[in-house]
Amino acid sequence: MNPAPSVIVFSSLTGLGFGLLAWLGLGIPDVTGAAAFLMYALGYGLALGGLLASTFHLGNPGNARKAFSQWRTSWLSREAILAVAALLIVAPYAFGRVFLGGAPAELGWLGALACVATVFTTAMIYAQLKTVPRWSTPMTPVLFLGYAVGGGALLAGQATLATILLAFLGVVQLGAWTLGDARFADVGSTLETATGLGAIGSVRQLEAPHSGTNYLLTEMAYQIGRKHAVKLRIIGFLFAIALPLLILQATPGGLLWMALAVVCHLVGVFATRWLFFAEAKHVVALYYGK
Amino acid sequence: MADTRIGARPSPKVSDEIRQTTCYMCACRCGINVHMQDGKVKYIEGNRDHPVNKGVLCAKGSAGIMQHYSPARLKAPMKRVGPRGSGEFEDISWDEAYDIAVGWLKPIRETDPKRLAFFTGRDQSQSFTSFWAQAYGTPNYAAHGGFCSVNMAAAGIYTMGGAFWEFGQPDWDRARLVMIFGVAEDHDSNPIKAGIGRLKANGGKVIGVNPIRSGYNAVADEWIGITPGTDGLFILSLIHELLKAGKIDLDYLGRYTNAGFLIRTDDPATADHGMFLRDDAGKPQVVDRATGALAVYDTPGVRPDLAADLQQDGKTYKPALQLLAEAYLDPQYAPEAVANRCGISADRIRAVAAELARVAFEEEITLDQPWTDWKGERHETMIGRPVTFHAMRGISAHSNGFQTCRALHILQILLGSVEVPGGFRFKPPYPKPPEAHPKPNAVGVPGQPLAGPHLGFPMGPEDLQLCEDGTPLRIDKAFTWENPFSVHGLMHMVISNAHAGDPYKIDTLFMYMANMAWNSTMNTSEVMKMLTDTDENGDYVIPHIIYSDAYSSETVAFADLILPDTTYLERHDCISLLDRPICEAEAAADAIRWPVVAPDRDVKGFQSALIDLGARLGLPGFVNEDGSQTYADYADYIVNHQRRPGVGPLAGWRGVDGTDEGRGDANPDQLQRYIDNGGFWSSHIPAEAQYYKPWNKSYQDWAVKIGLFDKAMPYVFNLYLEPMRKLQRAAEGHGSCQPPDHLRARIQATCTPLPAWYEPFEDGIVDRDEYPIHALTQRPMHMYHSWGSQNAWLRQITNVNRLYIPGKVWDEQGFEDGDWAEVTSIHASITVPVARMDALNPDTVWTWNAIGKRRGAWALGDGAPEAERGFLLNHLIHELQPPKGDGRRWANSDPITGQAAWFDLRVKIRRLPPEQVSQPAHEAQVSPVGTGPENVSYGEGF
Amino acid sequence: MTALPQSCEKKLGLVIDLDTCVGCHACVVNCKEWNTSNYGAPLSDTDAYGADPSGTFLNRVHTYEVTPDVGVPQIVHFPKSCLHCDDAPCVTVCPTGASFKRSEDGIVLVNEDDCMGCGLCAWACPYGARELDALAGVMKKCTLCVDRIYNENLPEEDRIPACVRTCPSGARHFGDLGDPDSDVSKLVADRSGVDLMPEMQTKPVNKYLPPRPKDTLLQDSAALELVATEPKGFLAWLDKALGAL
Ligand SMILES: Nc1nc2c(c(=O)[nH]1)N[C@H]1C(S)=C(S)[C@@H](COP(=O)(O)OP(=O)(O)OC[C@H]3O[C@@H](n4cnc5c(=O)[nH]c(N)nc54)[C@H](O)[C@@H]3O)O[C@H]1N2
Ligand SMILES: Nc1nc2c(c(=O)[nH]1)N[C@H]1C(S)=C(S)[C@@H](COP(=O)(O)OP(=O)(O)OC[C@H]3O[C@@H](n4cnc5c(=O)[nH]c(N)nc54)[C@H](O)[C@@H]3O)O[C@H]1N2
Ligand code: SF4
Ligand code: SF4
Ligand code: SF4
Ligand code: SF4
Ligand code: SF4
Ligand SMILES: [Mo]
Repeated sequence: MNPAPSVIVFSSLTGLGFGLLAWLGLGIPDVTGAAAFLMYALGYGLALGGLLASTFHLGNPGNARKAFSQWRTSWLSREAILAVAALLIVAPYAFGRVFLGGAPAELGWLGALACVATVFTTAMIYAQLKTVPRWSTPMTPVLFLGYAVGGGALLAGQATLATILLAFLGVVQLGAWTLGDARFADVGSTLETATGLGAIGSVRQLEAPHSGTNYLLTEMAYQIGRKHAVKLRIIGFLFAIALPLLILQATPGGLLWMALAVVCHLVGVFATRWLFFAEAKHVVALYYGK
Repeated sequence: MADTRIGARPSPKVSDEIRQTTCYMCACRCGINVHMQDGKVKYIEGNRDHPVNKGVLCAKGSAGIMQHYSPARLKAPMKRVGPRGSGEFEDISWDEAYDIAVGWLKPIRETDPKRLAFFTGRDQSQSFTSFWAQAYGTPNYAAHGGFCSVNMAAAGIYTMGGAFWEFGQPDWDRARLVMIFGVAEDHDSNPIKAGIGRLKANGGKVIGVNPIRSGYNAVADEWIGITPGTDGLFILSLIHELLKAGKIDLDYLGRYTNAGFLIRTDDPATADHGMFLRDDAGKPQVVDRATGALAVYDTPGVRPDLAADLQQDGKTYKPALQLLAEAYLDPQYAPEAVANRCGISADRIRAVAAELARVAFEEEITLDQPWTDWKGERHETMIGRPVTFHAMRGISAHSNGFQTCRALHILQILLGSVEVPGGFRFKPPYPKPPEAHPKPNAVGVPGQPLAGPHLGFPMGPEDLQLCEDGTPLRIDKAFTWENPFSVHGLMHMVISNAHAGDPYKIDTLFMYMANMAWNSTMNTSEVMKMLTDTDENGDYVIPHIIYSDAYSSETVAFADLILPDTTYLERHDCISLLDRPICEAEAAADAIRWPVVAPDRDVKGFQSALIDLGARLGLPGFVNEDGSQTYADYADYIVNHQRRPGVGPLAGWRGVDGTDEGRGDANPDQLQRYIDNGGFWSSHIPAEAQYYKPWNKSYQDWAVKIGLFDKAMPYVFNLYLEPMRKLQRAAEGHGSCQPPDHLRARIQATCTPLPAWYEPFEDGIVDRDEYPIHALTQRPMHMYHSWGSQNAWLRQITNVNRLYIPGKVWDEQGFEDGDWAEVTSIHASITVPVARMDALNPDTVWTWNAIGKRRGAWALGDGAPEAERGFLLNHLIHELQPPKGDGRRWANSDPITGQAAWFDLRVKIRRLPPEQVSQPAHEAQVSPVGTGPENVSYGEGF
Repeated sequence: MTALPQSCEKKLGLVIDLDTCVGCHACVVNCKEWNTSNYGAPLSDTDAYGADPSGTFLNRVHTYEVTPDVGVPQIVHFPKSCLHCDDAPCVTVCPTGASFKRSEDGIVLVNEDDCMGCGLCAWACPYGARELDALAGVMKKCTLCVDRIYNENLPEEDRIPACVRTCPSGARHFGDLGDPDSDVSKLVADRSGVDLMPEMQTKPVNKYLPPRPKDTLLQDSAALELVATEPKGFLAWLDKALGAL
């Protein structure tokens, strides 16, 4: 799949933002006043920034408001609704925390739930797509949630929590890669099934339907070299997981070290998220011999 | 939300009006419904009532809108201001354009009319352009047939009085087996596709013979991936097998062919060796099987004895069929003997022969349709042999093409499957034997029209067009000993001969609708140089070039004067029975084009421009006695011109009241009647005249009535082609018209009266180990030569062509996806992108034809892939064969017809890494029309 | 609503005969031509005359080479447009309700007035049947020519999809695949029509008829019986055969 910057930014930032907001909702850390303001600002900034980025991906953003209508079937619609709901639920809680010195814990929990659910719906947008076997596994929501809560914990300055969650995320990420690599073959889609010609023999593209490119090719037939992918996995894993863990464990901590860990993590998240798209092969690429 | 959805059964308005005319995105000439809205063309679909396409429309036809609104359309007459080839022009008025043309053409007409060479491309008004050229008086006129498919046309007409191509077709609805040789697309585009579809729906089968398994060969039930240039051998081997099995239609051969004609065989040294035994009136004779006596072949009641010899006056005569059997039963044609050369196993050859025989004789069909033959004999039924053949340039564009095509026709005839139900059927005005065609004329007299038409069918050395000293009369050397039966001329030789001044220099080269500086020429890079070459005075070696095109093609850049044509939706045209009509096997038909939209530029239909020019030159037929212009424009000519009394360009609605067909006075309302009828006219052949047309009395009478010919002319098919023997005989030293010595051996070897296979010339000349690979082109079904690339929709489908390389060569050389290659012929090298293909003859590479473009042409922008990565194979193909050491270079053409031997090409290949630019990379030409817009969203207006 | 209908009264769709398709692209271009000036936004082309031309098409023809384990490779031309799936994933993913499947005839459509151009439906489609138009920004797909098949401004015989009407070789068939007695259903039954990528569980309505067995002549044909092997023998046969006429 084409790793479109807007989509990477969208899914990475909203994940982190909602992750942070979720922890805040659970009272972790238990902040109020200016500190709360800063943290909520960060959370909202990330979530809203991400959501804004997603609209850059739209061909016809004028109709974006209609995206709230199809919650019964569409994960994207659910995500839109939940994202707004989460931000709305968290808002009074945050207001209380910042300006009133506190807010009902139940409201915080509800907000946290909404945030996590939002991340889950984001993940389900991808996980529902049978057409992209690498995505269409339960690993996808686990992975997205892992990034959200792990990154959120890091942003929330929770060294211990972050350490546990990042370690968990590390395992999930490695698992997702390993399982993901086999997914396409497991699903069994080949140019033979795609054309129904397998009964005759093995099928190979001789000539594409058009000499140049088209929407399908730019959007869904992105190809990344294997060597390239391995390199990026190492970088992504290092930055998103290994380095933050190292910082958390091997440095004295404190705001600067924490900030460094966050920056590393963010870089890593972008790299792994880029790979999440770039490595995912859409079955339509088969028709183009890719 | 539901309210914004379209209704459950939406019924939007389709258009304001439908205008019915004829497509021109290729020469198939389908009927189209042009939907107009707000005065603009909205949608084009096929006309369901039209005899050619019956409603369907191909990709090109469907993209007609984009062609009509192409940014590459020329806008006004132009005169060259930069050097030739640069593309720098200045717009001028039509008056100025005519003045310039008259300034060049008038003086040479009065002194030496042959100094005008007027050659036209694949236009559909050859009867008109040749009429003009005849009136002008130059012998140098032809259309493009010489480089196209003259072998097919000539072999068909000489052998059976009509050709495949667009002059005949398989009986698609009754055939059970269709064997297709060397066809990628053909002129009969939609009818062939429709035919294959119907055949398959009926459970019939297709055998495709082609080195490449694409298109029709992809859907063929059986694919014979033959080695290029060897079809003749394969066909003769099939004949060998059929003869051995006695699977030939003796009744048919005796009645409808010259199988029984007696041929002298006893003394090879005599002048009449190999000639027919004729009576005093010159009519060939046969032995009557019933009486054993000699008889003229067409005497009623006589059935020739195909098995008898005749000894008479110490001479021996044998029936043609016996000579044929002797020739082809020779072990050299046994399947084992030809298998390797053809790349087809002997078993497979035998299996094909058996299948042909099985379908022809065991699936015989009988129609309960009585008919009467030319001798008056009544037949209660029509016997059909449902096996039929089609072939095109794959067998014709080789230097052995004429004889290969003849061999194929002989195979059809031996099976008794020509003009019978389920077999091959002619389309009016065919059948028409060679004798019924005119003879060539090439003696130009200053200030006078030519004595007769330029092109015709020679019947022996006496009809060649040579000066007293034996030098050619025509610039293309047509009808000379080099290509005695070059019935379509040799357009591919005009530029190089004119440049070389061989046989003479010319003054003005006038071309119409042929991209001769690019894809229709051989040796493109050199031809571009010839067109721009100057003599010692700095003058162009070819002094003047006039060209008519509708678009900014490569050739435009090489002309001095441009006459801009309209697009096909903006002009009158006629698709005439005098020319290449739209007939079907069951009906005579012709059609028109008419301006369904008015041109928005200063352009003019070329034929109308030619009429204006003819009048300004005072050509007979174009001016009245008082010197005024005879025809206002082409529409006026179409309606009022009469070729023979009562016979004009259009056959429908003749007579002042429009009630006559075929023959009748001019009808001032004729074009409107055509428009009212959907743009065409058709008249059904009576049921009893539908088959056996060459020998069918009622067909012959109908053809006379409709004006196809003036008297009935039944004839028999030529298994044995005596005119060929006449050429051979001259080469042996008999007669007064003698070939030059250096051609004698070649004429003897190639002009055989029974087709023989000889290897393509290039095969014999190059070192086959060094150049081991055959290189071919194919037409893409969705592109018409070079025109398609200016079409915003079509060019997306193909804007880069790759050279397809067979798996064997691919692996040997270690090619990988994305690689390029250097391809070298004995003559030149090109650099091209490549791709692998396995469904391909292992010694053959190929590419799509005419995708490569010159930079700056066709209003395409910088970096257009057609110019960067597209390529032409033409650079590798020389118009002359490589030198042989005797200092002479023969044309790279069939030695009989002059057909350009495009497909004889042999190459070698070397792998190159990815990311190249195609070579040769010619410098850009300036576009006189700018480049196209960035984006297109055509439907916006509606 | 982007919920799929429980059931459809009809299942209109196409049957494409891979044994007959010659790969001419007529259906591709005629579809483009009809649809650029009818249903919804025009089908645009960007850099139309330049270095990288690209445009929206609702139907495209691929070419494949198929190599059997034994025997000669074959070429198959392979037209592909929306298959109007029964379980159309493109519909259910759509957040705006623009994509829908009609209960009356099973046609899957995009209501462009509602589409926000997110592209998710194209991601959900296994077959590459949806293309987002670069200039209009809305999702385009085969409409099964819904604006033709019921169009009372067209003669009855023309109320079929543009691609079917134009196909020169008759390789495209249109009809109700929900009715087992329809011509198209019979064709599918006779010729063992197949679904594309059945593992995607989309239950396509459109069916593909696989190419018939090819290159079987050597097995099928019986050798000719010889009457002669050289000219003399032939002459004897000829005499006899003529006598029998
Ligand atoms: N779409 C489209 N239609 C066209 C045209 C076009 O440009 N585009 N051009 C028109 C014109 S001008 C013409 S002349 C006709 C030509 O119509 P075709 O003759 O069908 O055209 P070509 O593409 O030259 O196809 C030649 C075929 O012969 C095969 N071939 C080459 N050598 C051999 C051989 O030795 N033996 C055998 N058996 N096969 C061989 C090639 O593989 C190829 O398939 O098409 C006309 N129709
Ligand atoms: N390598 C290779 N070369 C080949 C062949 C091959 O098989 N292989 N095939 C050969 C054959 S058979 C042929 S017929 C030739 C074809 O070659 P050409 O006859 O040169 O074919 P086109 O490219 O169509 O060029 C015709 C010109 O007519 C112009 N034109 C189009 N419409 C109109 C119009 O309405 N009016 C006027 N006045 N002009 C118009 C076009 O713009 C173009 O410049 O190519 C030959 N060249
Ligand atoms: S075959 Fe195509 S391009 Fe040629 S006349 Fe017919 S519709 Fe037009
Ligand atoms: S129009 Fe028919 S034959 Fe041509 S590509 Fe389409 S389906 Fe195939
Ligand atoms: S083919 Fe694709 S676009 Fe069409 S209904 Fe099926 S999934 Fe949807
Ligand atoms: S692109 Fe349009 S039709 Fe497709 S899912 Fe998005 S909103 Fe729905
Ligand atoms: S049914 Fe209509 S919209 Fe669909 S592919 Fe055919 S022509 Fe195009
Ligand atoms: Mo041609």
